[in-house]
Amino acid sequence: MSARVEDRGLISAADRRRPLVRWSLGSGQVLILVLLALAGLGPILWLAKAAISQPQDIAANPLGLWSGQPQWHNIETAWSSLRVGPALINTVWVALGNWAVSVLVATTGGYALAILRPKYAKIINGALLATLFIPGVISLVPLYLTVLDVPILGGSLINTYWAIWLPAGASAFNVIITGRFFAQLPPELFEAAKIDGVGNFRMFTSLVLPLSGPIIGVVSLLSIIAAWREYLWPKLVLPDRTKQPLSVMLPSIRDNVQLNLFMAGLLISVVLPIVIFLLFQRYFIRGAGLAGGIKG
Amino acid sequence: MIRTHRWIRNGGISTLVFLIPTLLVFGLFSWWPIARGLVLAFQQTNLIEPAHWVGFGNFRRVLADPLLLTAVRNTAWFALLALVFGYPAPLALAVFLRELRRGRALFSVLAYLPVVLPPVVAILLWRVFYDASDAGLFNTLARGIGLGPFQWLQDAHWAMPSIVLEATWANAGATMIIYLAALSGVRTDLYEAAEIDGASIWRRVVHVTLPQLRTILLITLLLQIIGTFQVFTEPFLFTGGGPANATTTILMLLYNYAFINGDYGEATALSVLLAIFLGLLSLLYFRLTRGWSTT
Repeated sequence: MSARVEDRGLISAADRRRPLVRWSLGSGQVLILVLLALAGLGPILWLAKAAISQPQDIAANPLGLWSGQPQWHNIETAWSSLRVGPALINTVWVALGNWAVSVLVATTGGYALAILRPKYAKIINGALLATLFIPGVISLVPLYLTVLDVPILGGSLINTYWAIWLPAGASAFNVIITGRFFAQLPPELFEAAKIDGVGNFRMFTSLVLPLSGPIIGVVSLLSIIAAWREYLWPKLVLPDRTKQPLSVMLPSIRDNVQLNLFMAGLLISVVLPIVIFLLFQRYFIRGAGLAGGIKG
Repeated sequence: MIRTHRWIRNGGISTLVFLIPTLLVFGLFSWWPIARGLVLAFQQTNLIEPAHWVGFGNFRRVLADPLLLTAVRNTAWFALLALVFGYPAPLALAVFLRELRRGRALFSVLAYLPVVLPPVVAILLWRVFYDASDAGLFNTLARGIGLGPFQWLQDAHWAMPSIVLEATWANAGATMIIYLAALSGVRTDLYEAAEIDGASIWRRVVHVTLPQLRTILLITLLLQIIGTFQVFTEPFLFTGGGPANATTTILMLLYNYAFINGDYGEATALSVLLAIFLGLLSLLYFRLTRGWSTT
């Protein structure tokens, strides 16, 4: 009886037997599938077609299903002559650095604040939480000035990837969710280790890190996606064209190249995100729901 | 002396070592810039001569800029359009998908695909779709149903709705997934009870589903408003603020102050004003949700 109640959704089995409901559900399903396929897949397929077309074919018949001989060499030209390839490598480099700094900060910070819990942890936690509630826009200009001339360390980070990597690590969200994850680990583990005389470092490397696979996965995914999406910040701190990631480089060449080659460049830059998404779609979709739940 | 000794023996130093990355990164690139921003808003600086205090001078100049009103109006227009286009659709889609017995994963993947594309790539692609000539993709589609051609991004009236349409397309999937997750927590026994009382499917949505989702609905509403008030990339790459400043947003104005005119003080003053406004919104939201969650 109770299983049946849990099984049901908004529409009950009795509803589903009514012809009107059944008909609307069925046709609604088809209609939404067509609309979603058009909206979700359509632009990507169009991009793929345009990338291997002649420029005049894109202009003459934008809705044509296929246009003449596929121009596979467009991809190669975009990769090397338009320098899309090196920009893609720069994007990967930015993402790797973001990932490393984010994971380092989130795991060490989360461990110190949630497990070691020094007396002053409260103050640091408060300062971390505060940054979540202060809109990022307030620090855009001063952050830029900070990167121009870093206090204490001295010197400028402009045209170095550190200007992207280090601020990317300052994600309070990452530190807090990692800390929460650590706090949920069974406390007996840590007490037993302490009694055995295991030091803080050993406890971190041989006890905490092996158990924190899931949370490192979440932090990794979040930081890599963020690196792929960023535009304004890398544009500001990497004026050197040879260092720019795709998101900065692509808009700057838009007006000077043939449309089909530009489309080939765009296609190259979406392949990796789409493949990663399709491989890890379960984590993406669960992660998005999780992020919404945590914010709640 | 003894206390310091005990502190060291209990791992006080190693705790500090673990905190170094956090303190360094947040100190230099989060806390320090926020504090400096609050100071900078009251200073004039060109990075060559030492900064000097100007009191509320930066704020006065920001408020006297005739473009500010335009930018605020455009940003509010963007936020409003984004709500009209983008707020109900993901919810309706999620409620519908929840009722599907098969193929929910396929629908989710299709809806989420636009979210996966890097925003810059999506914008550059849509700029091609919005080609104002007869041969543009959207103009060809419009001709198919006997409309157009439209000027899209080149038309002062249609530029903003065109931008919002792309932004909605790019983000709706992410919101839908959040709703879909929230829907799995809706108590189904209430549906049962409502059905026994003779409530139609539509009335069950209104009286059972939506009330249970109200917290998440409020959160996404607030996050969307906060996000749209900081919109930059879309208008910057679609139109550069044109035509005739019809799509200049607050953040684009801030960008121009700081990185075109080099007036960091004025830019920071504007960002402080925007941050205060967004902070008030968050406060309002916390008061609202506190009242709601106790009922």
